Amino acid sequence: MSDLTAPIDHPPLVAHQFDDLQQQTEADTLGMWVFLGTEVLFFGGLICGYLVYRHLYFDAWRQGSEITNGFRFLGISSGAWNTAVLLTSSLTVAVAVRAAQMGSRAVLLWMLAITWVLGAAFLGIKAAEYTHEYHEGVMPGMTTFHPDEEVTAQLTKAAAADQRELGALIQRFRMYWVFYFFMTGVHAVHMLIGLGLFAFLFIQAARNRFTPQKHAPVELMGLYWHFVDLVWIFLFPLLYLVR
Amino acid sequence: MTSIPYIPAYEPPATYLNIRHTVASWLLTKDHKRIAILYMISITLFFAVGGFAAVFMRLQLLTPHSTLVEAETYNKLFTLHGVIMVFFFLVPSIPVTLGNFLVPLMIGARDLAFPRINLASWYLFMAGGTLTLSAIILGGLDTGWTFYTPYSSTFSNTHVVLAIMGIFLAGFSSIFTGLNFIITIHKMRCPGMTWFRLPLFIWSTYATSIIYVLATPVLAITLTLVGLERILGIGIFDPNLGGDPILFQHLFWFYSHPAVYIMILPGMGVISELIPAFSRKQVFGYNFVAFSSLAIAILGFVVWAHHMFVAGISLYSGLVFSMLSFLVAIPSAIKVFNWTATLYKGSISLETPMLYALGFIGLFTIGGLTGLFLATLGLDMHVHDTYFVIAHFHYIMVGGAVMAYMGGIHFWWPKMTGRLYNDMWGRVAAVITFLGFNLTFFPQFILGYLGMPRRYYAYAPEFQVYNVMSTAGASILAVGYCLPLIYLLWSLRWGAKAPNNPFRATGLEWQTSSPPPTDNFAKTPLVTQEPYSYHTMEPQGV
Repeated sequence: MSDLTAPIDHPPLVAHQFDDLQQQTEADTLGMWVFLGTEVLFFGGLICGYLVYRHLYFDAWRQGSEITNGFRFLGISSGAWNTAVLLTSSLTVAVAVRAAQMGSRAVLLWMLAITWVLGAAFLGIKAAEYTHEYHEGVMPGMTTFHPDEEVTAQLTKAAAADQRELGALIQRFRMYWVFYFFMTGVHAVHMLIGLGLFAFLFIQAARNRFTPQKHAPVELMGLYWHFVDLVWIFLFPLLYLVR
Repeated sequence: MTSIPYIPAYEPPATYLNIRHTVASWLLTKDHKRIAILYMISITLFFAVGGFAAVFMRLQLLTPHSTLVEAETYNKLFTLHGVIMVFFFLVPSIPVTLGNFLVPLMIGARDLAFPRINLASWYLFMAGGTLTLSAIILGGLDTGWTFYTPYSSTFSNTHVVLAIMGIFLAGFSSIFTGLNFIITIHKMRCPGMTWFRLPLFIWSTYATSIIYVLATPVLAITLTLVGLERILGIGIFDPNLGGDPILFQHLFWFYSHPAVYIMILPGMGVISELIPAFSRKQVFGYNFVAFSSLAIAILGFVVWAHHMFVAGISLYSGLVFSMLSFLVAIPSAIKVFNWTATLYKGSISLETPMLYALGFIGLFTIGGLTGLFLATLGLDMHVHDTYFVIAHFHYIMVGGAVMAYMGGIHFWWPKMTGRLYNDMWGRVAAVITFLGFNLTFFPQFILGYLGMPRRYYAYAPEFQVYNVMSTAGASILAVGYCLPLIYLLWSLRWGAKAPNNPFRATGLEWQTSSPPPTDNFAKTPLVTQEPYSYHTMEPQGV
């Protein structure tokens, strides 16, 4: 037991407000968890809005998700590709955290790089999807929303089947796209921030800043990245799969 | 051996204030105490801006058809008053000033867990305040502080998006402050400082932080949706475009009702410190007071729709929210009864902070009880959107939160600045504030009950006598707020040097010097006593 009345002999690597490395690491980790709690409520508000309108405008929502799920390459929906890419990046982040704990710098650098590439691939696929949707005319801005013939035909058919007014259906259909772009957009912003931070971690790791004792930034990024993944795990079924 | 070290005849002790004097040393500081001072200056300025708007409103309402300002200008005035007072004064007030200063001191830590995030949150707050103020300078905002859709998203021709961006940034400042407090209280307590030895101010700051962290993001996302709707012309909340305005109200109040507890809980924490200190008694029912803070924070999340009884929600959901709202009275009453029981047989001294504390108890009780009126479905139909509501929440927010803030500032001023203010002037200001407050807002209960609606620039002539009383009260209240500004600033230069513990209070913050050194304590404190051990102190202090 250390003498509490002794002047503080401050250990290296520890910020002045903390007593030791363990306290610092615990504080950093809890801080990230609380921040993710905030994020849950942030996305929670959006998902709440999504659910309310899905309940109100079921038909329009079904038409919307058919189109999102319909954009494919190599025969598989782009949403499914993105899910695969992102889940793989979660694996590589987990390995990166382990590598940091074990102190194997080469593995850490590789895993950070692969994670970055996978994250960028996700955003690339998302960008291709956005472009496709822009050309279909479903982007909900004032000038960009003018559904093309194929989409209009599909909506006309749906309206006839349900004896609904086409105008109302299109308006509600547009609301689906508001939520689609906003939810995936906010998620993409989180991915972009993540990519920036991974690049920063990579430089830090290359400069040998992490040791088996002190590598909290890697662990925290791991938590953050898994969270971003989890959000996608909710967005994918909500926007692509549910009928 | 031969050289004799140079010893200066007198060297003032290094404090957080005198350690450096440059502007950069303040603007780039990571010291929680200096950040608290930065915040205190900022929110005082915002309070002044919001206060000036209130002055013009009260002058306009002096006569039934005043032509002091146009109707549109009146709308902008009450919006300015509401937005600034809620988002830039009341929500941050006690946590960012007293909380920032006291949380590490009270738990025996050298700083908050994340000093850099703490400084960043001040910059976010100032950026948000600048954006919102610029919206007002560019021509004002007329939506009311509630930003109800579709008016705010479609019809208002004022700078809604700019104001929303400002509130968004200030919201993230709150989130980071709350996060910092939660982690600090969990992880940085000094040896012996167990959860049940924490000062009650820490308990209520902790409860407040939970609300900051869990409610504010919902406001952020909601206001972003309003902004999107406005910029892109898409209908999220506009019924003409298929949107649901009631959804906006749900999301908005999901933040804004808990925000009411963000405003009052820290005030309750301050009162829980003041009452034992000036009654020289251990606080009555520590555990109950501590847990009632958490209970208020949790219940606060499930009562939001009582703001929407007349907005078209179903009768059954109205019934449920009405009953849940009544439940908030239980932990609130526990606090009031425990404070009163602490006073019982205490040796009470009526110094300035105690006068504010006693004022708080009375005014908060009136505000709380009229809250029960409003939680009652049938009665709320009658007084909804009248001055009754205005009076009710001003009793909580001004009579409660602001009185507690003033009491807290007077209590910890010697600790923060190292100077003593003039207690006689302090007491005069406290009494003036109390009288002016009641004269301003009690007539508004009557006005509301008689049917005067809120947010109108003119009113029926029979309401004039109460409005004249209210305006007269407001001018007295203004004197009550200006006096402390004068004698507190005066004390900075001419006040007597404060001893370490001028009020002979318990708590770690009083065991370090006044003002404290940058690292707070010369050595890490060790806590061996229960909190508020006033009964074990000798009757006459050292």
